[in-house]
Amino acid sequence: MAQMNMVQAINDALRVAMKRDRRVVLLGEDVGKVGGVFRVTAGLADEFGCERVIDTPLTENGIVGAAIGMALYGLVPVPEIQFADFFWPAYEQVVNELSKYRYRSGGEYTAGMVIRTPVGGGIRGGHYHSQHPETQFVCLPGLKVVCPASAYDAKGLLLSALEDPDPVIFFEPKRIYRAARGEVPEGDYKVPIGSAQVIRPGRDVTILVYGAMVYEALDAAAKAHRQGVECEIIDLRTIWPVDIETITESVKKTGRVVVVHEAPRTLGFGAELITLLTERAFYYLQAPPVRVTGFDTPFPYTLEAEYMPLSHRILPAVLDVAKAS
Amino acid sequence: MKGVRLVSGSPTYPAAGRESDPQRPGQLDGATMRHISMDDDEYPIVRALSSEGELDPSLDPGLSLEEVVHLYRHLVLTRTLDQRLVLLQRQGRIGFHVGSLGEEAAIIGSTYAVRETDWIFPCYREFGSALLRGLSLQKFMDNMFGNANDTVKGRQMPDHYTCREKCWGSISSPVGTQITQAVGFAWGAKIDGADTATLVYFGDGATSTPDFHSGMNLAAVFKVPTLFFCRNNGWAISVPAEKQTASRTFAEKARAYGMPGVRVDGNDLFAVIAVTRRARERAARGEGPTLIEALTYRMGGHSTSDDPDRYREHAELTPWAQQDPLQRVRNYLEKRGAWRASDEAAWVAEIEAQFKRAVATSESTPPPDLGSMFDDVYATLPWHLLEQRVQLFEGPRAPKLH
Repeated sequence: MAQMNMVQAINDALRVAMKRDRRVVLLGEDVGKVGGVFRVTAGLADEFGCERVIDTPLTENGIVGAAIGMALYGLVPVPEIQFADFFWPAYEQVVNELSKYRYRSGGEYTAGMVIRTPVGGGIRGGHYHSQHPETQFVCLPGLKVVCPASAYDAKGLLLSALEDPDPVIFFEPKRIYRAARGEVPEGDYKVPIGSAQVIRPGRDVTILVYGAMVYEALDAAAKAHRQGVECEIIDLRTIWPVDIETITESVKKTGRVVVVHEAPRTLGFGAELITLLTERAFYYLQAPPVRVTGFDTPFPYTLEAEYMPLSHRILPAVLDVAKAS
Repeated sequence: MKGVRLVSGSPTYPAAGRESDPQRPGQLDGATMRHISMDDDEYPIVRALSSEGELDPSLDPGLSLEEVVHLYRHLVLTRTLDQRLVLLQRQGRIGFHVGSLGEEAAIIGSTYAVRETDWIFPCYREFGSALLRGLSLQKFMDNMFGNANDTVKGRQMPDHYTCREKCWGSISSPVGTQITQAVGFAWGAKIDGADTATLVYFGDGATSTPDFHSGMNLAAVFKVPTLFFCRNNGWAISVPAEKQTASRTFAEKARAYGMPGVRVDGNDLFAVIAVTRRARERAARGEGPTLIEALTYRMGGHSTSDDPDRYREHAELTPWAQQDPLQRVRNYLEKRGAWRASDEAAWVAEIEAQFKRAVATSESTPPPDLGSMFDDVYATLPWHLLEQRVQLFEGPRAPKLH
């Protein structure tokens, strides 16, 4: 098996899909000739032609609106939003059109597609190249929301998403685009949407996490282990619909839960996760659930390390939750 | 039924069979103001039908008399249903109607001009187009009542049906969002190597939306076979066209995007068909999109929820009533001995009888199943919707709201 980073794995998934299925087309700003600002689509325009790997004008609502039309025609469009921070001109198309298409047409029309977009901080991107806006998509009935943390999962989830009948928002944690390396099988394989993974078993505290923060949680768990606390880390992989069985089972076992995400705390996905777990496992809880998240401020530039829920903030939260009774 | 009143501000059209108007059909001189400019040297208004009911040979779409009669019957159908649906709303039997009074020729002509395999991306004012394509009156009424047989399963307001089998799109209420989608659809067809165009409807108000800009730009850059059909009916709810843009015409916006723009008399069925066909031929030659600005007038309110008397003088309607798109086709047919008042009275009676039957059927059809609320959100029900579905069924039933 080849060693790949996440950029290469996503690129490989797109190549596999485009080779197999001529309906798959990519469109977005700079995705063609230059291969995307992160080079995720590098080489694909050369291989599949600029009719299927389309450099578009700067028009997020046009990219997503046109992608919906392509999907209605029967293509499988993969629009890229260059940074998730720039999603908002397309938000109307996502809220009022894409997410509702099957429902509002009584099932006559569907608009299956995968919208890829890099997310997250830690790359000195300031307000507008760092945000992690899953909340604004999880709240929209009709969408699936995915955020891989490994090269293997990135390729497998993307290949699943490309065959999914529902629109999928595919968040790519850009801080680990190149750092997340691992063995990636050649050709086609799937990681199912809606399935979380226990990536470190433990008996004391459950950590729920996704994307780039998975590695921060692993680091905190290793340090907690040296202090006698065993963390069970669950990489959600699919944010929505979340793998409710896996997370509930774990929390019933540990009775303690820490949720980690980069997005601001208030009404962040952590709020939903803790509510779901409280509804299902209240009598198993031995300590109040804790959120380690971005603060309720815009994403700061110089102080980004202080803003992000890195290992140094996860560790004390885990130790507190482990002690509480 | 008492105190039923048509939409306030609705026009008085010449009754069927009356003498044609002395003010020369085909001229829009009496109509002013709300369309930015009625006279522009660079973007002249294309008219095919003269005041005498003669066709300009250079613009004659070559319709047989049977075709004209067929189209005229659809114009009558559209107008009759519009008037009936307003009454139905005023009686409280349906919640809403958004109509096309005065704009029938622009809608019927453009839909007729494209191929049946071309896809229509509607705004929400084009039920005449859907019926022309083959949406059944019953299905249309089922949507007006939101019952179990509604094509959209009672999930949307009236006038938000769909008709995929006739290559007719899905309606949403946000203004302009269908424009980029129409471009994407035709672009997809082009990538696929199919000779399929899209015809997208929108009003003058939509030209201010981001999707108009994005759609026009993308279509022109990539030479996408989309026909942008702007029904410039003078009004976006209460905002007149001259407050929508500082351009002299909407058609001239095309130039900045690098595509042709054409202004057509939207109350002239023949001219609408001729310019739409030309745009379609251009698309078929691989030359890309065209913007068509059809000058017409919204003779009713924006919808049954609107009261246009609050923002426009009723007198403004008079010159447009004299340019009535139905009357003008009637003149053409009459001149050729293909129209009689008794024929029309019979058609209208037939439409009204069909309408009554359809309404009775729709009204007595039950609402959609409770559980259908959760269908079609996703292809298959995820765990949280399964859970909520059970909660709905096990919980108390709602009180009647209306």
